[in-house]
Amino acid sequence: MNREQLLPQLFGKTWKPTQSAENFFLGSGEVGTEAGAETVQVIGTAGAAEVGVDLALAMAGAVLDTMRRHPGRAILFLLDTQGQRLRRRDELLGLNGYMAHLAKCVEIARSRGHRILSLVYGQAVSGGYLTTGMMADACYALADAEIKVMNLPAMARITKIPLERLEALAQQSPVFSPGVANYRRMGHLLEVWQGDLAACLGTALHRPLEDDRRSALGRERGGRQCAETVAERVRAHA
Amino acid sequence: MSRSYYEASARERLAGVVDAGSFHEFVPPAARVTSPHLAQLDQPVAFDDGVVVGRATLAGRPVLVAAQEGGFLGGAIGEVHGAKLLGLIERARTERPAALLFLFDSGGVRLHEANAGLVAVSELIRAILRARRDGVRCLGLIGGAGGCFGGTGLIARCCDRLVMSEEGRLAMSGPEVIETARGVEEFDSRDRALVWRVTGGKHRYLLGEADRLVEDDVDQFRAAAADLLDSEAGLTLAAVEREHARLQQRWQRFADCDDAPEIWQRLGVDNPAEVPLLPLDQFLAVADGCRSAP
Repeated sequence: MNREQLLPQLFGKTWKPTQSAENFFLGSGEVGTEAGAETVQVIGTAGAAEVGVDLALAMAGAVLDTMRRHPGRAILFLLDTQGQRLRRRDELLGLNGYMAHLAKCVEIARSRGHRILSLVYGQAVSGGYLTTGMMADACYALADAEIKVMNLPAMARITKIPLERLEALAQQSPVFSPGVANYRRMGHLLEVWQGDLAACLGTALHRPLEDDRRSALGRERGGRQCAETVAERVRAHA
Repeated sequence: MSRSYYEASARERLAGVVDAGSFHEFVPPAARVTSPHLAQLDQPVAFDDGVVVGRATLAGRPVLVAAQEGGFLGGAIGEVHGAKLLGLIERARTERPAALLFLFDSGGVRLHEANAGLVAVSELIRAILRARRDGVRCLGLIGGAGGCFGGTGLIARCCDRLVMSEEGRLAMSGPEVIETARGVEEFDSRDRALVWRVTGGKHRYLLGEADRLVEDDVDQFRAAAADLLDSEAGLTLAAVEREHARLQQRWQRFADCDDAPEIWQRLGVDNPAEVPLLPLDQFLAVADGCRSAP
């Protein structure tokens, strides 16, 4: 799905764009909830955007701007990103520092009462996803979206494990193969959205807030059998 | 006697950085907590899954500490490795040590368990920032042979303070990854001097990405970490806004630079070509006069 199809499904005619570039967009829309209409601030990437220094800075600026101008308003990341920009220039400037800065902005917004949600509607790849959508209180994706660290051929090259071997194992193991269903089993995605997307968003806006419980969810869903137990053992070790 | 931090193992670094004999490990190798995902790919496991976590004292004060072993799958973060770090960070929120110390040596997400690794990295970023909001002081040391890349490069920059050696490397994508994707003209990963100019400690210090630069010596890392036990800690809107202004200014000043010496020249380094050759004390004398403060 592209953003032109997505935005009307989420917000109908209430969508008000404030910035719209090829790979980046900002705006707000209204969502009907049990408590009446609620305005949501959108920070979006589009066209499989690569996240470089400039885009990370722009998104961080948008989070800070929302805190200043709309205290407490929910922030929704709508994501389609191929990951971090693979350029020497961006590394020279400290791309990881810019991305970490974006994560800090999101954390501060959360601490000031902004609900943070994210929806992957295209693709979401490693560095482009970590400090944006993965920072949300609750993470969602459309069923036909794709989430991954890298594709299997690249993974085969780097790990020196034959591609055929990885492809065969991918059928039975959710742990390294790309896919929304696998990230749901890992406990990362709270839900996969289908059907009435405005209703899905309305429900998400009123879920009770809780601490990060993705490790527990990963265990319940069978995707990550160890994470919660191991973390608990470290917490409790005498 | 000086000991190379770069060449030491995770356990050797850890033993040298904290007070002698003070380290007490949580979920040690004897507990046999290993990755459940490596056997299906015929990969050997490590009884600590490439990370050592526990409590110790530093200059007599209590710290919680983690050290990644770059010699095991590049120190990369999988499900168990990540969970050990996560448990340690959560523990710090209740125990309130003088610092939470990370001895980073890691290429990022472990591809053999990529999805679990990616989710773990995101949990660690959230947990560190949450702990910092509570005032837990998070300090990172970077000087291991594996460097600090990918998701671990993000985690590191979420800490309050970073100590690096010139030999330490800190970045998002590793040079090999960029070369594979964009060609050798974009980034020649075998050009060691280029790799160190772009990702190494001297550049990161000049840029304001690292707070301290020390020799490749375990005792110097120890001294710097001890010194930072009284540094300001916390995560506030005001601090994040200041960082935003700094990063914006960096982008405006250096966006058209292609190599590090151009940046150093604009910062005011008189003889940028000499920077890679300067001994640490001479380098600091030059750098402290003109670098961007973190």
